[in-house]
Amino acid sequence: MDTSGALIELQALRKSYNLGQPNEAEVLHGLDLRVRRGEFIALMGPSGSGKSTLLNILGLLERMTSGDYWLQGELVRGLSDADLTLLRRRALGFVFQFHHLLPAFTALENVTLPALMGEGRVSPVQREKARGLLAALGLAAAMDKRPSELSGGMQQRVAMARALVMDPPLVLADEPTGNLDTVSSAEVFALMRRIHAERGTAFVVVTHDPRLAARCDRLVELIDGRIARDEPIPASADFQ
Amino acid sequence: MRFWPGFELQVALRFLREGRMQTLLIIVGVAAGVAVVAYISALINGLQSNTLAKTLGAQAHITLRAPDDVVTPAALHAPGTTVATDTQPRAQRLRAVANWQALLPLLEALPGVAAVSPMVSGAGLALRGEATQSIVLMGVELDRYDHIVGLRSKVVAGTASLAPGEAIIGRELAADLGVRVGDRFTVRTGTVGEPLRVTALVDLGVKDLNRRTVIVPLRAGQSLLALPGGATHLELAVHDVWAAQALAAQLRQQYPARVESWQETNAQLVSALHAQSVSTTIIRAVVLVVVVLGIASVLVVSVVQKSREIGILRAMGATRGQVQRVFLLQGAVVGAVGSALGVALAVVLVWAFTTFVRGSDGQPLFFITLPPATGLRVALLATVCGVLAALAPARRAAAMDPAQAIRL
Repeated sequence: MDTSGALIELQALRKSYNLGQPNEAEVLHGLDLRVRRGEFIALMGPSGSGKSTLLNILGLLERMTSGDYWLQGELVRGLSDADLTLLRRRALGFVFQFHHLLPAFTALENVTLPALMGEGRVSPVQREKARGLLAALGLAAAMDKRPSELSGGMQQRVAMARALVMDPPLVLADEPTGNLDTVSSAEVFALMRRIHAERGTAFVVVTHDPRLAARCDRLVELIDGRIARDEPIPASADFQ
Repeated sequence: MRFWPGFELQVALRFLREGRMQTLLIIVGVAAGVAVVAYISALINGLQSNTLAKTLGAQAHITLRAPDDVVTPAALHAPGTTVATDTQPRAQRLRAVANWQALLPLLEALPGVAAVSPMVSGAGLALRGEATQSIVLMGVELDRYDHIVGLRSKVVAGTASLAPGEAIIGRELAADLGVRVGDRFTVRTGTVGEPLRVTALVDLGVKDLNRRTVIVPLRAGQSLLALPGGATHLELAVHDVWAAQALAAQLRQQYPARVESWQETNAQLVSALHAQSVSTTIIRAVVLVVVVLGIASVLVVSVVQKSREIGILRAMGATRGQVQRVFLLQGAVVGAVGSALGVALAVVLVWAFTTFVRGSDGQPLFFITLPPATGLRVALLATVCGVLAALAPARRAAAMDPAQAIRL
């Protein structure tokens, strides 16, 4: 199997909950998916279709029941929990819908947490990088504020900065704009597109909003645990 | 590989700071527990060493004396015969320890022995004018005896000196006889009487002893008690008072003499001290268990409250080990900060005790201090307890499923 060039290579992924119990339920029924470097993918589907589960599996937060998963060419099956954690740290950034930040830390500290986690301290270089990133996201004035002092859109931008600070090749976003008003939502989404354009970071974005999905490069739609649609979105659909 | 737990420490401290009231309460709780443990340790130490000092101030750690006279059976009886005998025990007379002059250097050379003093001791009467007091007469060599009971430090009037014809007597006896330093009185034993001049009055710490004690030179004692050249006791002081019993047992096997350690002489006191130590140990253990439970309960709640944050940290790439250490460190920090406050509080309590608690005579009851080593040990113990208390919550936090934790 050639996995070169692919960030994610997923084959026959199945996921069941409550395995071996009477209430066993399979939520993903054999998915094949390939994500290349620098792609911008919208992951859509009705509630209960398995989007979040898929995202958690891609994010190494949950294990699959069967199938194969290569992340950056590394076969995930068989990795220990510690190795999974280190791979996650290296390869992935997360943006969540709610509860994005640690309330006890300032915006800047939230963004430098991944570096602190890796090295035990934050080097001046990393601090500067975090400052630069926050400034680039329009948060120069908010660096030393706690999340509770920031608006939802600002919080989500801080979370974006945190996801990007270690330069992961892939960012997984679970309804990153689901909790924001239309204006903030558009802002945050535009920001993701900008980062994608500037850095070539790949994005997998779970969203319910067809207008946002229409501005992605590729659409993957899950229905009842199966990929119902996987097609490129023509650039003409990208309205501004 | 990194060694500095900067991430864990920072997150732990922030979590604690975020928990404000919860953190404050548990630190105060730990401080109270540590203060109680440290204060009780200081108090019991002070009490016990005070009691010991008072008890051992007037007696030797080990006393070696001649064996009792026993009645030897009149005759061997033939096999197969049964003999009914009724033996009256012999009246005990004063006997000298056999060959004590040769024994002295041997005992002195034993490891752990600080001093050895020969003594001849018996009953007598002190007479002056119309006053007659029954006394315990002790003939000693002053310098040697001083090493056993610190006689010179107990002098309340005059200067300790035991030249021929001189005596040191207890304070109450002097009052009973109406003598002062420099006055003379007579000691009589059996039929012998000898006039003695008082050189010093001593306070042995026990009134009854002060009323009966007459200390004379060894030779004077020997002649008064009709044991020329003899010594009825050899008294030993040892460096470690608690080793006295073992040493006494060893001596008992080596020499044909009656050997008694201070523990055997004061069996009741020793068992009282022991009971006291056991009780304080139990109290301390219970307090520490309460401290552990307190810290643990706060951290268990904190793990539940922080599920989401734990999930986010895990998603960001924190390992299970890191999450576990975050909570272990919280326990350690709570234990350490609480200990520091607790030891400070104990110092205040000790100061208050020595300053405000006085006996009927206005003097402090006894002196207690909190030795730095004890404070440090208690603080260390509490910190270790903090970590132990955090063990279960930390494991729980580390075992949390990140995907589920984020969804909460």
